[in-house]
Amino acid sequence: MNMPATPGNPEQGPAVWSDLEQCRFKVARRSFVDPDILKDEYRTIFDKCWLYLGHESELAKPGDFVTRIVAKRGLLFTRDAQNKINAFFNACPHRGAQVCRERMGNAKSFQCFYHGWVFGSNGVLKSQPGSECYPADFNKDGQANLVAVPRMDSYRGFWFVCFDRNVQSLPDYLAGAKEWIDIVADQSEAGMTLVGGTQEYQIRANWKLLTENSIDGYHAINTHATYVDYLKNSQGSMSPVPFEGTGYDLGNGHAVIEYRAPWGRPVAQWIPLWGEDGKRELDKVHSRLVERFGKERADRIAFSNRNMFIFPNLVINDIMAITVRTYFPTAPDAMQVMGWALAPKEESPWARKYRLSNFLEFLGPGGFATPDDVEALEQCQRGFENMLEAPWSDISKGMNKEKVNYDDELQMRAFWTQWQKNTQARASAGVKS
Amino acid sequence: MSTVFADVTREQVEDFMFLEAEMLDEWRLKEWLSLFTADGAYYVPATDVPPNASPDTSLFYVADDRFRLEQRVERLLKRTAHAEYPRSKTRHLVSNVRIRARKEDELDVGAAVLTFRTKMGLTETYIGSYRYRIVVEDGRLLIREKRCILDMDGLKPNGRISIIL
Repeated sequence: MNMPATPGNPEQGPAVWSDLEQCRFKVARRSFVDPDILKDEYRTIFDKCWLYLGHESELAKPGDFVTRIVAKRGLLFTRDAQNKINAFFNACPHRGAQVCRERMGNAKSFQCFYHGWVFGSNGVLKSQPGSECYPADFNKDGQANLVAVPRMDSYRGFWFVCFDRNVQSLPDYLAGAKEWIDIVADQSEAGMTLVGGTQEYQIRANWKLLTENSIDGYHAINTHATYVDYLKNSQGSMSPVPFEGTGYDLGNGHAVIEYRAPWGRPVAQWIPLWGEDGKRELDKVHSRLVERFGKERADRIAFSNRNMFIFPNLVINDIMAITVRTYFPTAPDAMQVMGWALAPKEESPWARKYRLSNFLEFLGPGGFATPDDVEALEQCQRGFENMLEAPWSDISKGMNKEKVNYDDELQMRAFWTQWQKNTQARASAGVKS
Repeated sequence: MSTVFADVTREQVEDFMFLEAEMLDEWRLKEWLSLFTADGAYYVPATDVPPNASPDTSLFYVADDRFRLEQRVERLLKRTAHAEYPRSKTRHLVSNVRIRARKEDELDVGAAVLTFRTKMGLTETYIGSYRYRIVVEDGRLLIREKRCILDMDGLKPNGRISIIL
């Protein structure tokens, strides 16, 4: 991994500091609290990188639309009558009001209620009251159409946008993460779909704490002790598989941990709780994977878990269920989080039921684990109030090893290294680079 | 006092729900569990699905059958339930209680609920309605299903439902 080696006085250096010989990797806590750093993050990360917008299954039919906030912009995500997927800024080109105020739905057109301009789901102005007061060629250059997001592309059903027209292509940006998204997308022949229902919440903590937490194999034993107790108490909810695996740096700040774990996976690790019928069903799912991909890849898809992070703010965790999670900061100490459940379209009602049950046991603000993560993140943020006298966080676990474990911190170092590259942040305010 | 199903009044249902709220606010969670039937369930749907959505096909915040409800209580009473250690202070205000329908063996009860959770100097509010399926067993009112439908756009600013709503 291309890590900055920055010996010397860390206080004078970059916010992300490492010493490869001493196996130390530190992050200045200023990075989590300083409003100037948040401004720089918007300028150098959220305004520049590909950001997750939504999943193609959310727009199943022509006319389907979703409104969603992405990095503080209100976007309108549509499938138009020609079946093309679009993303517009949800602001009337006339005087700026949001043209769509619904969360989701199906519409042939969007009428701005303020003065009545009407736009097709392809963003083109269809009519405006009092059009005789405008020249006949008023919209010849399209300046009265909804403004499209500068760049938009998808990979295996995941749609991304970028506010920087000159960004590299999405496939290049995704780098090594593509083959890991494939492993998730390949779980279905009919295509993956989001299950209805969004978990939306706010955490009073810096957004980067959720990045760290989402790919942290180290905290589970402590933070999630009660979840492990729960698995032990539930008759037949574990298969005899130890926790073991590895972390990978996927380039461009993306990272993943892949590991085996004892919980059941709807695709396709059986647990006794699911009974003989469940075993038959999961065997069928697994055999089909073997037919499609051969045994090695099928086993990997079915039996391995993946916590995947796509820089800067997308998490796809393929664990006891699959969650897609994105988040963005609204203040140095506040983020908005959206989480969904992803599933194969063709899975049986039985599998869907167990998938959602599995999801809720662990994941989300009402689960047996996520609330404790939220607590941990908020407690870190409180701890950072001491940053003048206790200025550094340590992220060096596993630096002294050739082969890292899933519960080391290599994947977080991959994130932080990219973050430093983008922001060029300094450890102390007022120190010029 | 033994209750006969056909004679259950709104006042009795209200008393029952007020008692339930008190048990939750005093963290008497094991006693609270005893207010549920052996097949009792507790649900909190996501805020963007229909109020009567099924947890088998839609993503919820909470969908507990009796076993998981027992486990939730067990978890919340541990020191290692970090989100609730030290325990938050809560206050459930239950109002607008109404028996919406009397079915063969259960009451369909609706109510409004406002729950405050205070921890470490911050107070969060959960606003919603309750729908209960209440039965009478051995002269006692018991909850067969409790559903809390949040009148909120997601959980903002509250990042979790670590208490029982």
